[in-house]
Amino acid sequence: MAEIAATAAVTETRAAPAAPLTEGLLWALALTLAALVLAFHAIGFDFAAPAQSLVPVADAISTAMAWFTGHFRAAFRAITWLFQWPLGWFRQVLLAVPWPIVILITTALGYCAGGLRLALFCIVALLYIVVTGYWPMTAATLASVLVAVPLSVAVGLGVGIAAFRSHSVRRVVEPVLDLMQTIPFFSYIIPILVLFGIGPVVGLVASAIYAIPPMVRNVLLALERVPPDVVESGLMSGSTARQLLWWVQLPTGLATILIGVNQTVMAALSMVVIAAMVGGVNDIGLEVYNTMREAKFGQSLLSGLVIALIAMVTDRITRGFAHGGKDIGGKSRWRLFFGGIGASVIVLLALAIVFPSLWAYPDSARFYPAAAMNAALDWFTRTAFPVTSALKAWTVYYLMLPFKIGLPASVRPSFWGFAMSPTVTIVFSVIAATLVLLAWRLKGWQAAVAIAVIAGFYYFGTLGMPWPVVIIIASALALSTGGLAIALITLLSLVFILVNGMWAGAMVSVQLAAIGVLFAFLIGASLGIWAALNDRVSVVLRPICDTLQTMPIFVFLIPAIMVFLVGEFTALIATILYAIVPSIRYTEHGLRSVPPEIVEAARAMGTGRLQRLSQVELPLALPEIMLGLNQTIMMALAMVVVAALVGARGLGEQVMIALNQANSGTGLVSGLAIALIAITTDRIIQSWAAHRKEVLGLG
Amino acid sequence: MTSILSCRNLWKVYGPHADATLRRALARSDAPGDIAEQLTAGRLVVAACDVSFDVTAGEIFVIMGLSGSGKSTVVRCLSRLIEPSAGAILIEGRDLRQMSERQLIELRRHKLGMVFQHFGLLPHLNVLDNVAYPLRVQGMGLRERLERAREMVELVGLAGRETASIRELSGGMQQRVGIARSLAVEPDVWFLDEPFSALDPLIRRQMQDEFLKLQSKLKKSIVFITHDFQEALRLADRIAIMRQGRIVQIGTAADLVLSPAEDYVAAFTRDVPRDKVLTVADIMEAGGEQIGAPAVLAEMRLDRVIALMAKERRALGVVDGDGRPIGRITPEGVLEALAQSEA
Repeated sequence: MAEIAATAAVTETRAAPAAPLTEGLLWALALTLAALVLAFHAIGFDFAAPAQSLVPVADAISTAMAWFTGHFRAAFRAITWLFQWPLGWFRQVLLAVPWPIVILITTALGYCAGGLRLALFCIVALLYIVVTGYWPMTAATLASVLVAVPLSVAVGLGVGIAAFRSHSVRRVVEPVLDLMQTIPFFSYIIPILVLFGIGPVVGLVASAIYAIPPMVRNVLLALERVPPDVVESGLMSGSTARQLLWWVQLPTGLATILIGVNQTVMAALSMVVIAAMVGGVNDIGLEVYNTMREAKFGQSLLSGLVIALIAMVTDRITRGFAHGGKDIGGKSRWRLFFGGIGASVIVLLALAIVFPSLWAYPDSARFYPAAAMNAALDWFTRTAFPVTSALKAWTVYYLMLPFKIGLPASVRPSFWGFAMSPTVTIVFSVIAATLVLLAWRLKGWQAAVAIAVIAGFYYFGTLGMPWPVVIIIASALALSTGGLAIALITLLSLVFILVNGMWAGAMVSVQLAAIGVLFAFLIGASLGIWAALNDRVSVVLRPICDTLQTMPIFVFLIPAIMVFLVGEFTALIATILYAIVPSIRYTEHGLRSVPPEIVEAARAMGTGRLQRLSQVELPLALPEIMLGLNQTIMMALAMVVVAALVGARGLGEQVMIALNQANSGTGLVSGLAIALIAITTDRIIQSWAAHRKEVLGLG
Repeated sequence: MTSILSCRNLWKVYGPHADATLRRALARSDAPGDIAEQLTAGRLVVAACDVSFDVTAGEIFVIMGLSGSGKSTVVRCLSRLIEPSAGAILIEGRDLRQMSERQLIELRRHKLGMVFQHFGLLPHLNVLDNVAYPLRVQGMGLRERLERAREMVELVGLAGRETASIRELSGGMQQRVGIARSLAVEPDVWFLDEPFSALDPLIRRQMQDEFLKLQSKLKKSIVFITHDFQEALRLADRIAIMRQGRIVQIGTAADLVLSPAEDYVAAFTRDVPRDKVLTVADIMEAGGEQIGAPAVLAEMRLDRVIALMAKERRALGVVDGDGRPIGRITPEGVLEALAQSEA
């Protein structure tokens, strides 16, 4: 009873966020409190966040893990042993098949899934992989994917069905899925490493874990979306619960479930590639990682392209089947098709027996222009150096450093032209105050608050800002957009980070992610607007977005590190590249799905194109655009951890250190810190967008 | 007439602890109006309030109501697609609410058929397999069930389209598939939930005609849901008008037109062309004597009587189906009946 009352209260606060007046009051209160803290800070009060953990959460996890490992290691090693068999078989089978047959079968699959164009793409992609000599490594990667996917699909289907049928199962499953998708891969790979031991099975298990959530979500979605008429007609036909599930609900939702399979395949592939560098399997992921570490950029680009191509081929093929595949024609045409393929396989096999070079691709025929590429890259970096170094220096000194350590610590004569002094502080304050007042006059007090907060962080830096201020502002933001429950989650998450000694790391990561999001969103939204206004731009951008979206996260590091070498700026570039797509997509989609009758009404009133965009379309598309921003933030936070590989500091770095020391506790807690930041941001933006859509009366 | 389906004091209430609250309220009071008011005040939603009616064998019983009146809830309670909150549903004397899940499934497999507004067809099966689905869940063999499904497809005029996929069919054709499927198990009771509402007006008209033709052959006991009063008039033997979960009035089309129970019913009947609804029997003066004038059948509609009367210009005799004289009908009586609509 009490529980029901509590949920009722939660839904009520969610349905009606604070009224404008109380919202203003709330912000006034929050800013006053923040100012008070800053005043104390100014007179020398120390608000340093604890550098060491105050609560033994990480140690407890490590101890528990040690105990668990001590008792159950044998069982997990047995699983490892068990999984090694199918992994080995798949790899051997893939490698034993002559390469022309591999190309033929993939192409045939591509044709069935998406017609001639996809078939052609498959031929080109596979020829590239074979000719560059990467097929054996690719086969190792594919073997892991082939074992991980059925595993994830089966588990995902089972969990999805269970969650659909039972409300209480669902309430447990959903937050777990959120965590599984937001805790960085590198954190949970540590306990997996400890349990299963180094080897290909680590990647297998880890990628299965990462690949299960999209399957569960899509199964749930598919079952929920079955029209009620269809379910009722199934019931009235006298179906039992099982008949209803297998004969009515699952087949009706098949398209959505297949999209889940597609996402599962992509997730598994993405993780297998990353896992290679911890698992130490000689596959394509390890090749990219090693060449990148040794600064052999030509090689890493060549092998990175292999990953991108596999991702694109598997994505297009699975998605093609999810959308029903290609209609070849009647049974006789199918028979002809398969007959033709079968005959070709036999002919190729016979040829391969005669000509060994058709069996295994000979090394002598390998096309491998790495040296030339390195030279070209050298030339490019040298030529572009003035531009790239200026870009880097400007961003780092004027944007990243102040937001990280604050103006007092970062203003130096060498770059700024003057040293930090009270005068500078005063000038800065005057400029900031002017901007705040201007914003207030032009856009209302919300804009003024936003400017004030940003100016504060620019001056003090995320690291220099006293932690109570951060907590106050974040909680106020959560309270005013999402209501009490979300504010509470935000508060608890930040306190968790604080008491676990993760504050500094979290602030550095947030700073990097925030600047990455800023650029990704500005560029992405602009491109999205352009694409919404211009069909030709849209046609050009769509395949680019598709490609970027299928690329495993790891691939994005390659171009960034080639041009900018190791450092935080490289991490920033990788973050922008990785996180830009949703901003483009959602902006275009939001603008294009503004109700046409509203656009027509605006045109009838005689608005110009720009007026219509700024006064009608953008405000109406804003909730959708914010959902794109949300996705961008999620992806940026994911990249922040991976970018530790190319020099990002913060939580990602801590996770990597924990990984090297096989310290499950620290690794998981740092990962959890990232996940908590991601989840609270997600909740705040989602509830804002939902509320805004409701206000605008958009479904 | 024997009652095949009987719905007794049916309630459906939505909201937290709805059923228990309703039970307590029913124990305290017998006035349905008061109870509904109480529940609504307590933030519960009363979708069906003390609904009672009987459907006799071979009858088309139409439940007519606007959206939100509770008609769809009632028809779903009749087959326990929705669990009723209170009341009894008797089908051939057995109470549906006392049945186990297993018994209910058996009942649906053999006694009940239902047609849905949005057809509810399975998108992954072709026409024939959709129609055969209810037979498949019973475990009937492949050849036998396809044989039977083929008959049904022919019955609804879709012969030749057996292997078509559902997506290829127009709305009208899809609903024919829905009808064929619901008839495949030869149900005794046939529920149709706004079967023609999603169709174009012209197709709707055609489907109504075919539905009547089908029913004259099959003689099912039918509960037909609609929001269209004209449709109710065309199809119904008896009509129940629902409003806010309650049945306002039950009667034949003529009953509703001649004596609407309240203004709400009158609002529907006001614009009804009376000559197309009323029959000779509704307005004749009873009496067994022969009169020296041409006679008309008692069930003849007034629009046709008027044409005859315009020629004869005097009172006409009325005979029953066997030709026995049972009364007379006067021009004054006809005029009076038609004039009432203007009053």
